[in-house]
Amino acid sequence: MSALSAERLSVAFGGVRAVDGVSFDVAAGIVFSIIGPNGAGKTTLFNLISGLCRSHDGGVWLCGEDVTALAPEDLARRGLSRTFQNLQIFSHLTVIENVMVGRHRHEATGILADLLHLPAVARQNRGTRKAAAEALGRVGLGDAAERSASGLAYGHLKRLEIARALASEPKVLLLDEPAAGCNPVETREIEAIIRGIVADGVTVVLVEHDMRLVMNVSDRIHVLANGRTLAEGTAVEIRTNAAVIEAYLGVRGAREAAGAVG
Amino acid sequence: MSMLAPLERFRLLQRRRLAAAGASKSILLDRFRLLRRRRLISLVPIVAIVIILPLLFSSAYYYRVAALVFLFGIAALGLNLLMGFAGQVSLGHAGFMGIGAYAVAIGPTAFGIPPVLSFILGALLSALVAFVVGRPILRLKEHYLAVATLGFGILLAIVFTNEANWTGGPDGMAVPQLILFNWPLRGAAVWYWILAVSFLVGAVIALNLINSPTGRALRAIHDSEVAARVLGIDVAQKKLMIFVISAVYTSIAGSYLALLDGYITPQISGFLRSIELVAMVVLGGMGSVAGSLVGAAVLVILPQALTLFDEYEHVVLGLIVMGVMIFLRAGIVPSLAAAFGGGRS
Ligand SMILES: Nc1ncnc2c1ncn2[C@@H]1O[C@H](COP(=O)(O)OP(=O)(O)O)[C@@H](O)[C@H]1O
Ligand SMILES: [Mg+2]
Repeated sequence: MSALSAERLSVAFGGVRAVDGVSFDVAAGIVFSIIGPNGAGKTTLFNLISGLCRSHDGGVWLCGEDVTALAPEDLARRGLSRTFQNLQIFSHLTVIENVMVGRHRHEATGILADLLHLPAVARQNRGTRKAAAEALGRVGLGDAAERSASGLAYGHLKRLEIARALASEPKVLLLDEPAAGCNPVETREIEAIIRGIVADGVTVVLVEHDMRLVMNVSDRIHVLANGRTLAEGTAVEIRTNAAVIEAYLGVRGAREAAGAVG
Repeated sequence: MSMLAPLERFRLLQRRRLAAAGASKSILLDRFRLLRRRRLISLVPIVAIVIILPLLFSSAYYYRVAALVFLFGIAALGLNLLMGFAGQVSLGHAGFMGIGAYAVAIGPTAFGIPPVLSFILGALLSALVAFVVGRPILRLKEHYLAVATLGFGILLAIVFTNEANWTGGPDGMAVPQLILFNWPLRGAAVWYWILAVSFLVGAVIALNLINSPTGRALRAIHDSEVAARVLGIDVAQKKLMIFVISAVYTSIAGSYLALLDGYITPQISGFLRSIELVAMVVLGGMGSVAGSLVGAAVLVILPQALTLFDEYEHVVLGLIVMGVMIFLRAGIVPSLAAAFGGGRS
């Protein structure tokens, strides 16, 4: 069964067809990448999948369940999580508190217990903090736990978002340009993080411009241009696809992408 | 020796607990233990002040002013939970003060409900009104939310003014005394202790909330509703919840004000009062429990202290408030805490 299916997703903003009839199937446990030029509709596609934006047509299935009309919070409770290209950090919170919020769907105290700080809340807080610390460790931010989130560098904030999403223990994780603004070393680290996530059985949908990273980690690649599907296939198929080279990779990009494996 | 025994037992327990936790030697968890103990630490100076102040008071007047500070501290704290933590503005919160105040005025006189029960019913009524009004209003954001809550406050003030049969209209009405166990609560010193303790209870509950799953969700909503939703937080429900809690705090302060003064007019729920509450929150420090009290103290004490400026009283008050906001932009308590290297407030 596929972990995530999108069918004929479409949305227009004031006449611009940001996403136009896009369909794909993501098998469970793989890295599925979505690439394409800026403005191709990748982020909008994530917004459609995660319920932040409504499709005019078609639908979305999560692990076989129709989740088309669900609100983002309901999708989260069913095991979908994501990060944002333009960071959405809780900047008044500490680093670890950001990740603790990611545990929200696993927390089960009532408002009265919270107001009175009943022992259940203390226990809950401890469990949540432990899980959050683990998630931070996985992205290499364990040492920054008690710092204010607003004080972190850009690259670390990107990882913080990954840790926060991981803390919710998703089945499907959408990563929107996790390596943007990262230097080559950091990009390698992001690659290792993604591999670790997949190794735990999480299905990853990746939007990314760094072609070395994409070609290295992806099991399948879906190419968008002007809101439409241009091609889909394995890394080899995509970097040798003439239409993709013309619309996005360019000759140099294709060579770079080919170098990724070597 | 007998004094030491409990201490010894405590140490033993502590050692056992540490040994049990020793399996997970995570530094993070150790730090958390520290933080957990610190949850209520910001209240220590306030408790000290509550105890020391009466030693300095030479007349009932001082008790009365201090009682008013704690009273408005409760209202500001309630509004701060909404504004400072959850990031939702309200320019109509004095409306809830009005509900609380008229509940303890009308309950006993018109329905023969005992004052203490009226007090509780007032808080419940405020919760109900907040629940009903909050649902549609909290969908709005920022300026739109500000204007909608402003309208709500004005509406309530008009109701209190027009329903003269019940409220005495613009002239107001007398409030029967609060009698607890045959003991009429009278005198500024008594009210000082009631309000100081009430504020502390309110502060403990607020700090509990802030450090709970619900509190983290609320603070997350403040910074990014989108990220909060994507992590499974029901944003509308959480906002409504904090609006109701906030209304109850403010309503309780309103009931106390009516009982303290023994007389109320619709001004208690007027627009100026709402603005005053917002000013207390912003001045003291958004998102700071201690700041709520400091903001209340500034706006209660300054006008009293500035009477010597006579007709320039309001000018001087305005200048001071402007100065504080320009130089201590984050509000008094957070700015000073940052300046002196302190952590959270
Ligand atoms: N909320 C919005 N309102 C109007 N136009 C939008 C909105 N979001 C995206 N767009 C437009 O949709 C197109 C796709 O954008 P986006 O999904 O951000 O592309 P990508 O992530 O592939 O760079 C762009 O033309 C963009 O300007
Ligand atoms: Mg994008």
